[in-house]
Amino acid sequence: MVSHEDEIIRKRQRDRARIMALLLGAFVVLMFFITIAKTGMN
Amino acid sequence: MTNPAALPADWRDFLALTKPRVMSLVVFSGLCGMLAAPVLPPLVLGFTAILCIALGAGACGALNQWYEADLDAKMRRTAKRPLPDGRMDRQSALHFGVGLAFFSVLLMGVATNWLAAALLAVSILFYVLVYTVWLKPRTPQNIVIGGAAGAFPPLIGWIAATGNFAALPLLLFAIVFLWTPPHFWALSLFVRSDYAAAGIPMLPVVAGIQSTRRQIFLYSLPMAVAAVAPWPLGLTGPIYGFSAGVLSFVFLVLAARVAGNRAADPSGMEAEKHLFAYSVFYLFALFTVLVADRFLPW
Repeated sequence: MVSHEDEIIRKRQRDRARIMALLLGAFVVLMFFITIAKTGMN
Repeated sequence: MTNPAALPADWRDFLALTKPRVMSLVVFSGLCGMLAAPVLPPLVLGFTAILCIALGAGACGALNQWYEADLDAKMRRTAKRPLPDGRMDRQSALHFGVGLAFFSVLLMGVATNWLAAALLAVSILFYVLVYTVWLKPRTPQNIVIGGAAGAFPPLIGWIAATGNFAALPLLLFAIVFLWTPPHFWALSLFVRSDYAAAGIPMLPVVAGIQSTRRQIFLYSLPMAVAAVAPWPLGLTGPIYGFSAGVLSFVFLVLAARVAGNRAADPSGMEAEKHLFAYSVFYLFALFTVLVADRFLPW
């Protein structure tokens, strides 16, 4: 049986993992555009 | 009963660590510093520079709350923050703050230039080590010297765009530097008991209420001069000069009302509350007209 505390822990871990995934995805996209912009400047 | 600190912290508490409201003013002044520059970077690089300034400010907020968790617990205004409220363990806040600081500086260097990155690093170190750790618990001059940390963003924004120092961003630095004491001392007057309870030697606690009110007015004078100075120095146009003059005049009037107030109880400190609220508007408005002056055709 899953306790209430376990539920909270899993929900928070899931939320944090989702946000980290989004941030990492956004970082990859940002680095791509930074590279394009820097290449264009040179 | 479950100890909240034993649970993984909620993502909203990490966001709260970054002090988003303070960050908004930092981001705005950094953006205006960048937009006031004679050359603008490509959009994505400009966006990244502002993002780095925001992340650097967030790192400062997190490290400040990590270091001051015990003090925050003693003040009503800060007792509900994630650390004093027990919603997060201190180590998580430390790791988060250090991680954000390194990330923001490295990304700034890669995306714009290493001078801007170095200034961002200096501003973070200044805020955390010089202001939070050294000055704040020791001297009533904490806000005066520590104000330099908050004055860096427009300078960083300008240098991210141009790669060089110039007179105008140095004046913007001076404006924010001189604006900080009246702004914070107005606040510290009506939350004086909080600072006294936490043992923080803010000016009203150490020097008294009337002395602080005089200092607020005295610091407002050079701030007003610095705010208007870009126009006679030929660095901005008349739109900025006129607006800065009017905005600064109102600031001085409100500061004079504070200097003339004799109330000792926070309930009688309407003048201080008005000045505090206006000081936030003042900086937003001043930087807005600076950018408007640069881009509007007349």
